[in-house]
Amino acid sequence: MQLPHVTNPTMNEPLSPRRQITIDGNEAAAWVAHSTNEVIAIYPITPSSAMGESSDQWSTEGKTNIWGSVPLVVEMQSEGGAAGAVHGALQGGTLTTTFTCSQGLLLMIPNMYKIAGELTSTVFHVAARALAGQGLSIFGDHQDVMAVRATGFALLSSHSVQAVMDMALIAQASTLESRLPFIHFFDGFRTSHEVAKVEQLTHEDMRAMISDDLVRAHRARSLNPDRPVLRGTAQNPDVYFQARETVNPFYDACPSIVQNAMYRFAALTGRRYRLFDYFGAPDADRVVVLMGSATLAAEECVEALRARGEKVGFINVHLYRPFSAEAFAAALPSTVRSIAVLDRTKEPGSPGEPLYLDVVTALNEQRAGHSFSPLVVGGRYGLASKEFTPAMMASVFRELEQPKPRNHFVVGINDDVTHRSLQVDASFSTEDPETVRAVFFGLGADGTVGANKNSIKIIGEDTGLFAQGYFVYDSKKSGAMTVSHLRFGSKPIRSSYLIARASFVACHQFSFLERIDVLDVADQGATFLLNSPFPASEVWEHLPRAAQRQILNKGLRFFVIDAVRVAKENGMAGRINTVMQTCFFALSGVLPEDQAIAAIKRAIEKSYKKRGPAVIEKNFRAVDSSLANLHEVDPHARVTSTFDLRPTVSSQAPEFVRSVLAPMMGGHGDNLPVGALPVDGTYPTGTSQWEKRNLAQEIPVLVQELCIQCGKCVMVCPHSVIRAKLCGAEQLAGAPAGFSSAAAHWKGREHMRYVLQVAPEDCTGCGLCVEVCPAKSKTEPKKKAINMSPQAPLRDRERANWEYFLTIPETDRLSLTLHNVKDVQLLQPLFEFPGACAGCGETPYIKLLTQLFGDRAVIANATGCSSIYGGNLPATPYTKNREGRGPAWSNSLFEDNAEFGLGLRLSVDKQEQYAKELVGRVAARIGEELATSILHADQTSEAGIDRQRERIAELETRLRATGNGTGLDPEVRDLLAVAGTLIKKNVWIVGGDGWAYDIGYGGLDHVFASGRNVNILVLDTEVYSNTGGQMSKATPRAAVAKFAAGGKRSAKKDLAMMAMSYGTVYIARVALGASDTQTVKAFLEAEAWAGPSLIIAYSHCIAHGYDLVHGLDQQKAAVQTGSWPLFRYNPALGAEGQNPFQLDSRPATLPLEKYIYNEGRFTMLVQSDPEEAARLLAEAQEDVNLRWKQYEHLASRVFEGKQGESKQGVKA
Amino acid sequence: MSSVPDLTTGYLGLKLSSPLVPSSSPLCRDLDNLRAMEEAGAGAVVLHSLFEEQITREDDALDDVLLQSSNASAEALSYFPEMQAWGSSYHAYLQHVQRAKKALRIPVIGSLNGASSGGWVRLARDIEDAGADALELNIYFVPSSVDMTSADIEQNYCDLVQDVKSRTGIPVAVKIGPWFTSLPNMASRLDSVGADGLVFFNRFYQPDFDLESLEVVANLELSGSSALRQRLHWVALLANHIRPDLAITGGVHTVEDVVKGIMAGAHVVMLTSALLRNGIGYLNDLRLQLSEWMTVHEYESVGQMRGAMTVDAVAEPGAFGRVNYLKVLGSYTK
Repeated sequence: MQLPHVTNPTMNEPLSPRRQITIDGNEAAAWVAHSTNEVIAIYPITPSSAMGESSDQWSTEGKTNIWGSVPLVVEMQSEGGAAGAVHGALQGGTLTTTFTCSQGLLLMIPNMYKIAGELTSTVFHVAARALAGQGLSIFGDHQDVMAVRATGFALLSSHSVQAVMDMALIAQASTLESRLPFIHFFDGFRTSHEVAKVEQLTHEDMRAMISDDLVRAHRARSLNPDRPVLRGTAQNPDVYFQARETVNPFYDACPSIVQNAMYRFAALTGRRYRLFDYFGAPDADRVVVLMGSATLAAEECVEALRARGEKVGFINVHLYRPFSAEAFAAALPSTVRSIAVLDRTKEPGSPGEPLYLDVVTALNEQRAGHSFSPLVVGGRYGLASKEFTPAMMASVFRELEQPKPRNHFVVGINDDVTHRSLQVDASFSTEDPETVRAVFFGLGADGTVGANKNSIKIIGEDTGLFAQGYFVYDSKKSGAMTVSHLRFGSKPIRSSYLIARASFVACHQFSFLERIDVLDVADQGATFLLNSPFPASEVWEHLPRAAQRQILNKGLRFFVIDAVRVAKENGMAGRINTVMQTCFFALSGVLPEDQAIAAIKRAIEKSYKKRGPAVIEKNFRAVDSSLANLHEVDPHARVTSTFDLRPTVSSQAPEFVRSVLAPMMGGHGDNLPVGALPVDGTYPTGTSQWEKRNLAQEIPVLVQELCIQCGKCVMVCPHSVIRAKLCGAEQLAGAPAGFSSAAAHWKGREHMRYVLQVAPEDCTGCGLCVEVCPAKSKTEPKKKAINMSPQAPLRDRERANWEYFLTIPETDRLSLTLHNVKDVQLLQPLFEFPGACAGCGETPYIKLLTQLFGDRAVIANATGCSSIYGGNLPATPYTKNREGRGPAWSNSLFEDNAEFGLGLRLSVDKQEQYAKELVGRVAARIGEELATSILHADQTSEAGIDRQRERIAELETRLRATGNGTGLDPEVRDLLAVAGTLIKKNVWIVGGDGWAYDIGYGGLDHVFASGRNVNILVLDTEVYSNTGGQMSKATPRAAVAKFAAGGKRSAKKDLAMMAMSYGTVYIARVALGASDTQTVKAFLEAEAWAGPSLIIAYSHCIAHGYDLVHGLDQQKAAVQTGSWPLFRYNPALGAEGQNPFQLDSRPATLPLEKYIYNEGRFTMLVQSDPEEAARLLAEAQEDVNLRWKQYEHLASRVFEGKQGESKQGVKA
Repeated sequence: MSSVPDLTTGYLGLKLSSPLVPSSSPLCRDLDNLRAMEEAGAGAVVLHSLFEEQITREDDALDDVLLQSSNASAEALSYFPEMQAWGSSYHAYLQHVQRAKKALRIPVIGSLNGASSGGWVRLARDIEDAGADALELNIYFVPSSVDMTSADIEQNYCDLVQDVKSRTGIPVAVKIGPWFTSLPNMASRLDSVGADGLVFFNRFYQPDFDLESLEVVANLELSGSSALRQRLHWVALLANHIRPDLAITGGVHTVEDVVKGIMAGAHVVMLTSALLRNGIGYLNDLRLQLSEWMTVHEYESVGQMRGAMTVDAVAEPGAFGRVNYLKVLGSYTK
């Protein structure tokens, strides 16, 4: 059962006295940064967050820097804040660093100019990432670092995990000597997240590289009242210019300083770097210039082409700024005839991308001293982690062979618009057959990636083999597929690209087989391991035709294990990671079986030692019983299956969905040409309905006779998969058999039928609907009116029912009472099937927003979870009603969302005002009566808005009629363009607590003060959810979060109270799980209030550490303990002389611990530090008591109402 | 008789200053409570129970949370910082044992509540290492399968005790329930596998129903003196017939209850409900009342009193058998 080509020559023999460790790029950078700094100020941003997190972890554990002191790590409220803190700490004379990327780096720009202008030594480590333009991307390229190239920072590039560690130290040494601040950057994800075996630099290495004299010199330049100086002067035209030129010698000296640091480093470690590393033929005629991880693919390509006799080479740019033209020219072979400069960035409108322009300039300047005059062209590649492969590199060399190579080309995509793309020969491969290439398909939550990271560590650290792991994640948060790419072998691994020909493929979820062709990646004769509920003797018949074909055509060896069963039998619930990992080791043969099992167990012990012996023991048992359940399948001789892969989308989907979005959904977005995509980032809404993900193992099923039609299940469903309608019996005439309905329990509508239907293929199976259902069987209380049941046998029937349900007209909105939860269930949600976590606590609020106001809402959404599940391609959950109306949605940035939303409001207000002016001007032509009724329309109710819609339709008809065939006059045309704004619009500003409490608070505060009519919905998960659980100012005391590993020691910020100080802001604190009625009321009141409104919504979250099926119970407990008091502050009441503050929940009936100790974020501390947990619990309880008293005081104030009666806000 | 009666007693080989011992309860979680108990004259304390299921469940739950939220999304490879240390209730419990030992002069008895003979019993050794003077093994097995026989269950008890005894050097008391077909035989079997003491009786979890929500509600009502009789009966029958020391827990509320327990043959009487109702200081009241009762009734020592009412000592031993049943019925009909 072994793959043939694994060798393991030097098992357990370290390659050098330094430790060989298997880590990712972020950890490599953080290791040096933490060891050589004293203060670290950060703000989380993907993909750089892990550097700050590791540093914080190490400081918490007491790990010291090379001077024996534990660095101080502080999380700031934004990157702007982090840069300010870094600047201040540097001016104070400490060695200070930060980690960031992308928009975060852009927010640091103002301080970066200052830091560089003051010649201050520091290194910022950047996991380089794309910038938000037509769309946001978290993936890697050089757009961010290129955007700061004018700041005066030196820019030093690393291309591999080893280089990251090395260059981090070289940068640190160089910044102290040169006095120039450095950006040390490496490719986001490709390098920051690649796990590779590297040699770890020791503290002695760092001490050898870093001069303490220079550190002391850095301190001596600090601001110190003992030897006071002044910095930051305001300079006038007489001297600013000259002063700006004073720094030139430092920039001139920098390249030599860096090169010398590289020489010293080489003497120390044996690893040689140059400012510009040339690799290839000494007599190359074609040379490519590039930097970052792509140079590894370039190296493989050049090696392969040279083996064919081609004279090619490439330059790996390390020190990009200050750019040493001399060193660059010296690195080029004198034989070069043509050069391609590859930029991993785009600068629209520029004559070329930055590296290209610099190379052209450098050559121009150096030409005088050289005999050669090579042709230089520029090209772009790899934006947002687009793959860059040796085949693409080869296509660049092919182009350079042309008599007139194309300039400003792109490679790696198909540009069918401006035709700039190079053709790539897909058959060109440099994959080493001696290297094992393993690809694993797993589900986010099944532990596949964690197990593979473990495997790579085992291989890297227990054998002499080289190893690399790279992990591709789905952008959805529920049912996310992960693909792990593992390489290992006896040769160093440079392949900085995904595996395209795998010698081992593992599919950890059987259901993937019907969704994607997992074996497409398999090489001839590869091994295929499948987690299958079917035994080896039966599994063949359950494979789709595509899989059978691949197995037969490629001659795959095929193994199955029922990993779910094995895991369950060993107390591992459905967690298959350990079982599948054991099978992988057995099949790959990387280690003898007994050694492999011992290594896996050691890894388990190491990984899980802080989770207790029970966890370790059950994992051990799973390892021990895995191999006995692994069986080889004897494939049939021919394809026998009667089914194939499911079509990605229905043939009924619109053209754009079928031709553009469907390929993205099917994992083939890379193949889309430029021309397929919108030019300005504008996409249609309502596309998530076409992506049938079939994630749920179980879906809710209605027991009609128990249902009381309360609508709570509809209300809480995070994915809008449960819907209700009232209709006439005649509308059910054509319903499929088994389509269920009941007499409506609505007064006056008993003659109508009530239908409640589940979308079976869109449900994530979270179970919140069952939890909230209040109707139980009288004879068997465990049975509710809605119960979970396996999806597979129900899928076809319920799909037909769902499709029929969609044909039933929506219930007439005007007939409903909107403040009644029972009626709200009948409102069509204009937000459906988001890719949020199963059981998400945020989405029910957004859905409610769209039910109540979606057809006239404009939404500004802060970056965060809600912008990802709200606007992540290809499937968008915001949708339209039958009239084509629905939320218009946009995500601007993280930090500016309040201001962005205010801008939308200003725009609506201005256009409405202009429209009113125009109506006045054309009144005579459209009829005074219509004009007056439009201008004075009462739009405070749905009916009023509906009547205004009719008036505006009439207005438009009359306006068009004014032309009489002669064309419309300009005022009429203007009015037609803005008439829609006369129908009441509402602007919603939506975001999480990271935005509202931290990075966006300044803007939010300004929007409160503006008095403008915006509605702000804060989805408060009390932690940075999207970036992985960092503490925010909304995090409650005693909760464990990143940067609060020992439990947060300060109380949650009371955002509501702060907003209340204005007196003009409507404020509500809501928790759907505690009171849906109060929640609905708050939304309606917020919308009705003509000034700013703030709703702070308790949103349970995966980052709270419990099964989200209990999310609503926890919401309730939060309210019952007084930790999350429900209240509303309505300035409209104040205006009527009543107490504007109304407490909607009662005093605590439970102690705080009954709520918080149901959640991992709190119990983690109890387990790791019970005494501190007890202390913080007591303080947190005191917070609750104190705040409750304050609220109670506010609510009990007596106001004289208009009629003179006393009004209090305390709930009776 | 003028001298103060001698309240000392022996239990599990330990010398106690008084037969009054707070039994295992949540009161014992708090170090200040333990100090107050000592102050009030407790002969020893039995710490709150470390539950087998609690440890496993806590660790499993946390592991599930950490695993399921890890490595699933490109932006959030995890949602929590690395734990500082594995602690769980287990870790905290051992620390508590250590602290209790440091804070108290009276013997500290650890308590383990479990039902399986798995790896978790090595925790007994850890409790010993943490300094406990003895261990109370609270076996709490709820048979819920129709296939489970009484013989299987009894064997489980014996295996468990044997397992724990084989891993510890400190005395082990076994706390059991009264619902064995032949309690004397069971007691004798526990004796034969090495139990150093028997504690009569633990109280089975008795769920209640919430009729509004149609849910099962977990709660435990405080005991009353009426619960004592069952204990008196079995202790009086078994005292002097088996080697282990005997303890009564459940139903001890008044000084009369204390006296009855000792006279039935108990080496110690344990209290929880009485302390929950009346406060820890009530221990001191009971001690004084016991002293006074003994003085009035001219008992010199607890040792003298112990076993005065066992089946072997009383004039009418038949009262402990079916004859007693007839007598009770007769008294009722009168």
